[in-house]
Amino acid sequence: MSDTTAAKSFSVDVAKLRRKAWYQQPRWTRLLGMVVLGFILALMTGEDGNPAERLSAFTGAFESARLWICLAILVGVWALVEFGAPVRNVARQGRQSVGKSLEPTRAMFRSNGWLRLGGLVLVLVLAIVIPANTSLFWQEVLVTQMGIFMIIAVGLNVVVGWAGLLDLGFIAFYAIGAYSCAFWTGHMPVKPPFTVGALESIPFAIVTCLIAGVLLGAPTLRLRGDYLAIVTLGFHEIVYLVAKNSDGFTNGSRGVIGIPHPSIHIGPINYDWTLDPLPYWYLLLFFLVVLIFLYNRLEHSRIGRTWTAIREDEVAASATGINTVRYKLLAFAIGASTSGLAGVVYSSKVGFINPENFTIVLSVLALAYVVFGGMGSIAGVLFGAALLVWLPNALRDIVPEQDRFIYLGALLVIMMIFRPQGVIPSRRRQRELHMAEAGLGDADAMTEPTGGVKS
Amino acid sequence: MTEAANFEKETAGSVTEAPAMLELVDLQVFYGAIQALKGINVTVRQGEVVALLGANGAGKTTTLRTISGLLQPRHGEVRLGGERIDGVPSHKVVELGIGQSPEGRRVFPVMTVLENLEMGAYRFKGVPKDDLERVLDLFPRLAERRTQLAGTLSGGEQQMLAIGRALMGRPNLLLLDEPSMGLAPLIVQQIFEIIKEINDQGTTVLLVEQNASQALQLADRGYVLETGAIVMEDDASALLSDPRVRAAYLGEGAA
Ligand SMILES: Nc1ncnc2c1ncn2[C@@H]1O[C@H](COP(=O)(O)OP(=O)(O)O)[C@@H](O)[C@H]1O
Ligand SMILES: [Mg+2]
Repeated sequence: MSDTTAAKSFSVDVAKLRRKAWYQQPRWTRLLGMVVLGFILALMTGEDGNPAERLSAFTGAFESARLWICLAILVGVWALVEFGAPVRNVARQGRQSVGKSLEPTRAMFRSNGWLRLGGLVLVLVLAIVIPANTSLFWQEVLVTQMGIFMIIAVGLNVVVGWAGLLDLGFIAFYAIGAYSCAFWTGHMPVKPPFTVGALESIPFAIVTCLIAGVLLGAPTLRLRGDYLAIVTLGFHEIVYLVAKNSDGFTNGSRGVIGIPHPSIHIGPINYDWTLDPLPYWYLLLFFLVVLIFLYNRLEHSRIGRTWTAIREDEVAASATGINTVRYKLLAFAIGASTSGLAGVVYSSKVGFINPENFTIVLSVLALAYVVFGGMGSIAGVLFGAALLVWLPNALRDIVPEQDRFIYLGALLVIMMIFRPQGVIPSRRRQRELHMAEAGLGDADAMTEPTGGVKS
Repeated sequence: MTEAANFEKETAGSVTEAPAMLELVDLQVFYGAIQALKGINVTVRQGEVVALLGANGAGKTTTLRTISGLLQPRHGEVRLGGERIDGVPSHKVVELGIGQSPEGRRVFPVMTVLENLEMGAYRFKGVPKDDLERVLDLFPRLAERRTQLAGTLSGGEQQMLAIGRALMGRPNLLLLDEPSMGLAPLIVQQIFEIIKEINDQGTTVLLVEQNASQALQLADRGYVLETGAIVMEDDASALLSDPRVRAAYLGEGAA
């Protein structure tokens, strides 16, 4: 008796603190969220704005049946989530039984290298066959956006996913690659000592990007996390502005025209690429296969493990004898040259580049592809790039042109809330995220403790 | 030679006159305008355990960071086996045979215990089996948890891992920064016993501690650091019975 009275030494009513008003209960908060979302959806899908009559978009969207349809759909979803436990149970059981029946197959894949190889070959065959049977529009998207950004994503993954360096200006290297191609094929105002073909300009572009990567990295890689991100952002802006303003060097905002298509003439192999997109896809596919092979080896090499150590604890890495600056530079240089390769293919495909092909938005999107797909996982970032390039293009005929990226944004937000590790996360990255959430260790470039310069 | 070396001869009489391994000579280290070390002289002889004691902010960690090349002295020298090593970059100091367990342990949280130990052997471009066996023998707790992620280990286990990882680099000199920090007395006891064993196997140890009584029981000699200056140095047993040390660091009433 006396214990209980003694234990309660505070004067506030704890029960009251614990109690929540009905509208604060998660269930009703979620309903409110859904209703708000319904209004936004109605607005988004409704009529376009009209500068003459500012509220036309609102009245247009809310007076029609559209609003009620949107609300009904979202409240329906809410009801299903909140009260549809039986339905969900059935779904879960279904998923589990499917998962279970797939498990032997999965185990077989894991243990049998030949089977895995067979799977990869199958994917490759599909990647060869399917594009040949799609429309010209999609072939064009596949080459000038999807394939290019898949290469960029694989390169950015080395920097962000493996070395843990937050790079917000990655497209700068893509631009440098593209302009290198223009330069070495002799189409810039400044002429090279000798000209080469588009494909032969690849080594030059790669070396140029390597140098640019080291030049940017050497003074800045002592910075951490957010600081480095700002510096890379600035670097992108510098490259963009130089391309735009130095008329005598890059031809300024008019851009460079007449960059030749690639061609191969080695012994019996003679082939000239033209405007037809499909052959470029095969060229990109070739590069992708080579890169995937090389970078997969890299990830599981000593270098890959060194990057992991640096990402997880730079001070400890240095204490075990790792030259952290050198390995971070290496990641930067590898990423930069990969991006440069994409730049060469792009510029020789379209034959015409100007600074507006390399805006800061693309750098942000490239990072989004990597994070969405799953940092640190090659399969993940390839998927991320493919899906997020596909989405706005697929919406082209369904929603108003200018709304397309809203859906992309919504998808990114939802994804980051429900699956922050990405679609196909790397095992280690996933664990890092879990641990950071649980407050155990903190191993992410994105959430580096604010320390500024490494002492 | 310098005054420091002469001074050493007088005070370290009871310890066998093994050659000096590490010497800090009039070491002055600054953080910007703040002077953290005001010219300290420390000598660690081959085979010794030397304790560097001091309260929070005395400059203990600064001393270790200077030895391991993370900080540059503005004045004075760090000598290893008679040669200057200040200015050697931190990742190269490992190759000189100096291993360290940094302040706050700093294991790689998302690597397993085994992977952490393998990183410790980084400078060998491979993992020597003998070293791994030796470390797992020293730390049976780690052997049991070899596939567990380091970030999920208890504080004591993480400290063991940090020491084990340093040992994987096969150091001649082991720098330990407050291995007892935040650990239960029983665990501290265990860890200090292991440090003793490591020393018996031939590794020289520079032990930075606030836990003066434990450290001095283990050490051969000790230095007391106060606001960046050495205020006392003597045999560990002498320090342990010194009234000033007892008052300031062992929580006893003023003598
Ligand atoms: N990065 C830093 N910048 C400025 N001052 C520092 C820094 N690190 C330590 N100090 C200062 O240097 C002194 C010694 O610190 P430290 O070597 O960490 O002490 P200890 O390890 O003995 O607790 C303290 O006064 C501390 O505030
Ligand atoms: Mg300290």
